[in-house]
Amino acid sequence: MTAAPRDKPTNRRRITNAIMLGLLSVAAIVATLPLILIIFHLLKSGLSSMQLSFFTQVPAPPGRSGGGMANAIVGTVMLIGMACAFGLPVGIGAGLYLSEYRGSRLATAVRFLCDVLNGLPSIVIGIFAWELLVRPVRHFSAISGAVALAAMMIPLLTRTTEEMIRTVPNSLREAALALGYSRWRTSLAIVLRTALPGIVTGALVAVARIGGETAPLLFTSFGNHFWSLSPGAPIAALPLQIYEYAKSPYDDWHAQAWAGALVLLALVLVMSLIARFVTRARFAGGHGD
Amino acid sequence: MAGDVLVSHRSIGDRVYRTAITAAALTIPALLALAGAAIFLGGWPALRQFGTSFITSSDWDPVAGHFGAAPAIFGTIVTSIIALVIATPLALGVALFISEIAPAWLRQPLGFLVDLLAAIPSVVYGLWGVFVLVPLLREHVMPFLSDTLHLGDFPLFTGPHYGPSMLAAGLILAIMCLPYISAVAREVLLVVPRSQREAALALGATRWETISGAVIPYAKSGIIGGIVLGLGRALGETMAVTMLIGNQHKISASLFSPAYTMASLIANEFSEASNDLHLSALMAVGFVLFVITLIVNAIARWLVWRVASAAGKTP
Repeated sequence: MTAAPRDKPTNRRRITNAIMLGLLSVAAIVATLPLILIIFHLLKSGLSSMQLSFFTQVPAPPGRSGGGMANAIVGTVMLIGMACAFGLPVGIGAGLYLSEYRGSRLATAVRFLCDVLNGLPSIVIGIFAWELLVRPVRHFSAISGAVALAAMMIPLLTRTTEEMIRTVPNSLREAALALGYSRWRTSLAIVLRTALPGIVTGALVAVARIGGETAPLLFTSFGNHFWSLSPGAPIAALPLQIYEYAKSPYDDWHAQAWAGALVLLALVLVMSLIARFVTRARFAGGHGD
Repeated sequence: MAGDVLVSHRSIGDRVYRTAITAAALTIPALLALAGAAIFLGGWPALRQFGTSFITSSDWDPVAGHFGAAPAIFGTIVTSIIALVIATPLALGVALFISEIAPAWLRQPLGFLVDLLAAIPSVVYGLWGVFVLVPLLREHVMPFLSDTLHLGDFPLFTGPHYGPSMLAAGLILAIMCLPYISAVAREVLLVVPRSQREAALALGATRWETISGAVIPYAKSGIIGGIVLGLGRALGETMAVTMLIGNQHKISASLFSPAYTMASLIANEFSEASNDLHLSALMAVGFVLFVITLIVNAIARWLVWRVASAAGKTP
């Protein structure tokens, strides 16, 4: 310990240290700025144009003021519902497979391909769904959009399911098997049930992500200015409507695009926040990957 | 587990269950293969007709039936480079700040704020870009760069200040890939062993010397993986870019110039494609994008896994 004075940093080293640590702090501040700016502008421009009619009416004809996005909000909910109907069983099933057959070669390959599928651009998923479901029948449909969204949801859900099941202690599984439970009942009634809150969280995150997607819907569910709840017909969606309105030349539509964006962001953030707090309350102590 | 084996042989339920989850797992490779095949077949007529000139030609004329995707490929690369150049230092800075410097109470909330950037829908970024970022660029940033700083003669900053441009698209992409890069960086920084830091500090290193000499080298391949993952996002990002890039088929060195990316080209022209060849050309662009992002993501995953398995973290 007496040798300490010799090892004391020189001035130059101390200054470099201070500058670099300062720069890292600046980076941290700059990195959070865009989020604050975006939320600020959304609140500023979105709140002023949000009236009751926004939630109750369908779009007004081009250039006419008034109207709302009621059909788009319902459309988005419907699309998410259908996407969940396709995506949840597959995603959770695949996650179960990955955790049950953890070491197998197929599991490793699927895990890898899952990440690759997750990284595919959403527009590519969109043209895939178009080729598969729109081209053969020659018309846009809500169901084709839902399939595209499900394809984006599955990889997310698979990985969270697998991760959450990993946090279930093996002793629980062994206890169930020792009591004579069959493997499938152990897996579903004990393991899956224990991991369920985590999986619900994962599903929320996945829904928050697909709920805001526009690109996969451009040539599948296409959008609709009128009420439609039919799976076989084009359906309105909030992100599509925002895109269309933002591109339009009308001030009134711009204002509604801001209001729509605020509603969309609120939906997405609320789901992310719930997911965050559920996970944190349950898995306090941190779980990486 | 002997009991386990006995049970699984006896029960039909087990066999059904096993089949069901295997089928679910196989859906994932099936989806990928199906997507690849469908898009390839859709793009095949154009790829066959134009061959390599599809990638090298810059002539995109649906009326005359010429399709060359070079401008879109060029725009994709330029905007992604802008995005990475801006996002990488910021993302690493914030990740290092969180893992190495920040007081404990600030770590979680700050990480959460940055993560939230990833939750904002692309179309919302686009809307904000159109009405806030683009006017700001047109009226302040572009004149400042070209006139105040006299960079106007420099090829990167020449030309009229339209607003929608590769610069605008690159900036919005930078914001959008920042959370991906920083999330992966934070994750790999977490697995850097404490002893690594303590050893450097014990040798008399300053905080920064510890970070640059002991922490970053250990996490390097994972950090690069994060950057490559961010690249994958930037390459395929569609809506925000479509709204901000100006959508013009041209190759220009100026960042102020409107352009196209592969994704925005598809988004913009697909539903109005004039004939089968046009449609096929757009599918071919989609196929090129598919292949590129596939490769980029595979590389990213491999790099991140290497760090994770080196640290013995993956069970």
